[in-house]
Amino acid sequence: MLKLNGLARPLDVAPWTTLLDALRELDLTGTKKGCDHGQCGACTVLVDGHRILSCLTLAVMKDGAEVTTIEGLAQNGTLHALQQAFVDHDAYQCGYCTPGQICSALGLIYEGRARTADDIRELMSGNLCRCGAYPNILAAIETVMKTSSDVPPR
Amino acid sequence: MNAFTYTRAEDVATAVGAIAGDGVARFIAGGTNLVDLMKANIERPSRLIDITRLPLRAIEPTSDGGLRIGALVTNTDLAYHPEIERRYPLLSRAILAGASAQLRNMASVGGNLMQRTRCAYFYDNATPCNKRTPGVGCSAIGGFTRYHAILGTSEHCIAVHPSDMCVAMAALDAIVRVSGPGGDRAIAFEDFHRLPGDTPHIETNKWPDEIITAVDLPVRGFAEHYAYVKVRDRASYAFALVSVAAALRMSGGRIEEGRLALGGVAHKPWRDRAAESALADQPASRQTFEGIADLMLRGARDFGFNAFKLPLAKRAIVRGLAQAAAVNGAARP
Repeated sequence: MLKLNGLARPLDVAPWTTLLDALRELDLTGTKKGCDHGQCGACTVLVDGHRILSCLTLAVMKDGAEVTTIEGLAQNGTLHALQQAFVDHDAYQCGYCTPGQICSALGLIYEGRARTADDIRELMSGNLCRCGAYPNILAAIETVMKTSSDVPPR
Repeated sequence: MNAFTYTRAEDVATAVGAIAGDGVARFIAGGTNLVDLMKANIERPSRLIDITRLPLRAIEPTSDGGLRIGALVTNTDLAYHPEIERRYPLLSRAILAGASAQLRNMASVGGNLMQRTRCAYFYDNATPCNKRTPGVGCSAIGGFTRYHAILGTSEHCIAVHPSDMCVAMAALDAIVRVSGPGGDRAIAFEDFHRLPGDTPHIETNKWPDEIITAVDLPVRGFAEHYAYVKVRDRASYAFALVSVAAALRMSGGRIEEGRLALGGVAHKPWRDRAAESALADQPASRQTFEGIADLMLRGARDFGFNAFKLPLAKRAIVRGLAQAAAVNGAARP
C-alpha cells in the first residue's frame, strides 16, 4: 500500500520492482526513467517529504509510505508554484528531466538549507539536464524561494 | 535483476539470524549501491533482508564523551546533525562532498561503509575481474586507469574505495560496531576495510553474517583545524580522483598532532602513521607539508593513465594541511 499523491493505492508487485517501475505501471508516467542507475535524477520523487531516487528504491520497501510525484503537485487545475516558475522561466528544452528537477527543487525548498545561488547549484547537482537549461532552472527555483509562501508545507 | 525473496527484520537478532548460513543473502538499507549492482547482475542475492526498520537511527553520546551513530542514520541526517556540525565538521564536510542530495537522503552510514568500488571493469560483466571471479585476472591493469589506485595495490586489483564519509571517519579514528552470531565486537576503522592483496573479493574484515550496528566517534573531533579537499572531474556529484581529510591540533604556529587520510587513491581510506608522527611538533609551513606529502606517497606507483594522481595527491595533501592549519571553527572556508 502506498499513499500516492494523497490517495491510498494498493500495490501488488514482485520484490524486484523498483518504485519507478511501479509508479509508471500505475500510469503515473510523469516520473521518468533516465539512466536507471541513480546518476541522472530524472526519477526523483518525494517519499515521506524527502527527495529520493525511485530507480534505486524497491517498491516493496516503501509499504505504507507517502509518495509524491509530479502528478501530485498541481491542485484543482492550478499549477504548483514551481511548475509555473519553470514555465515562466523557460526552464527546460526537451522536458525529460523536468519532473525530476521540479520534485528535487521541492525537496530542496522543504529542506530549507539553500541560501545562495551556489547552494542551489550544489544541492541540485543530482539532477542532470542534457539540454543545458541550468541557468533558467536556477532562476525558476530562486523565484519560488523568494516567494516561499507559495510553497505549501509538506 | 535476478529473482529473489524479500524479508523484513524488526530487530538486530532477527536480522543476524536471517542471514546466518546463507552466503548469497544480503541486507538492504538505502539500496543506493546494492540495487544498482543487482541491475548490473554483479550482485545476485538469493534473498534480501530489509533492515530499514531496525532501531539503529539514533545519534547519541557515548560514555567516553564521543558520539555513537546508528548504522541506519542517513548520510543527510548525519551531515547536518548539530553535534556533528559543531564537534566533527570534518565528517560533515566529507559527507556533503559526496553523491547528491537524493542519494544522501537514502544512503545509510552502514551502507556507505559496505559500498563497493565503482571500477568500470568491476561493473562490466564482459571483462575479467578478480573481485567478481577470483583468479580470472584484473582488466584494469593495462586498461584505462584514470580512476584507479596508486597506493596499496596488488597485481590482482587496483580498484579504489569510493567513499568520502569513510575518509573522514578514518582520520577521526572511528570505531565500527558489528553484531553477529558470535556476539558483538568493535573494529577500528583502519582495520575495517582491507587492501586487495590476493583476495580482492574480500573487502572488509566484517564477516558476511555480521551486521554493522553503529559507528562510534571518539571525543576528539578536531573542530578547530580541519579540511576536506576533494578533487574530481566536475564540481559536484562525482567520485574523488583524490581527496584529503586533514585534522590538526595546533599550538601557535606549530602542529602538535596531525591526522591525514586519503580517498580515491587506494582500496581503503589511506592512512600512514609514519607520516602523521612526522607532523608532530613541526611548524605549519609549506616545507613541512611538502615533506609530509612526500613521506605519505613514498610507496605510490602509477598504472599509466593515473600517473597524474601522484603530483595531484601531493598538491592536495599540501592544500589540505594548509587549509587545516589556517582554519578555525568559527571562520571556515
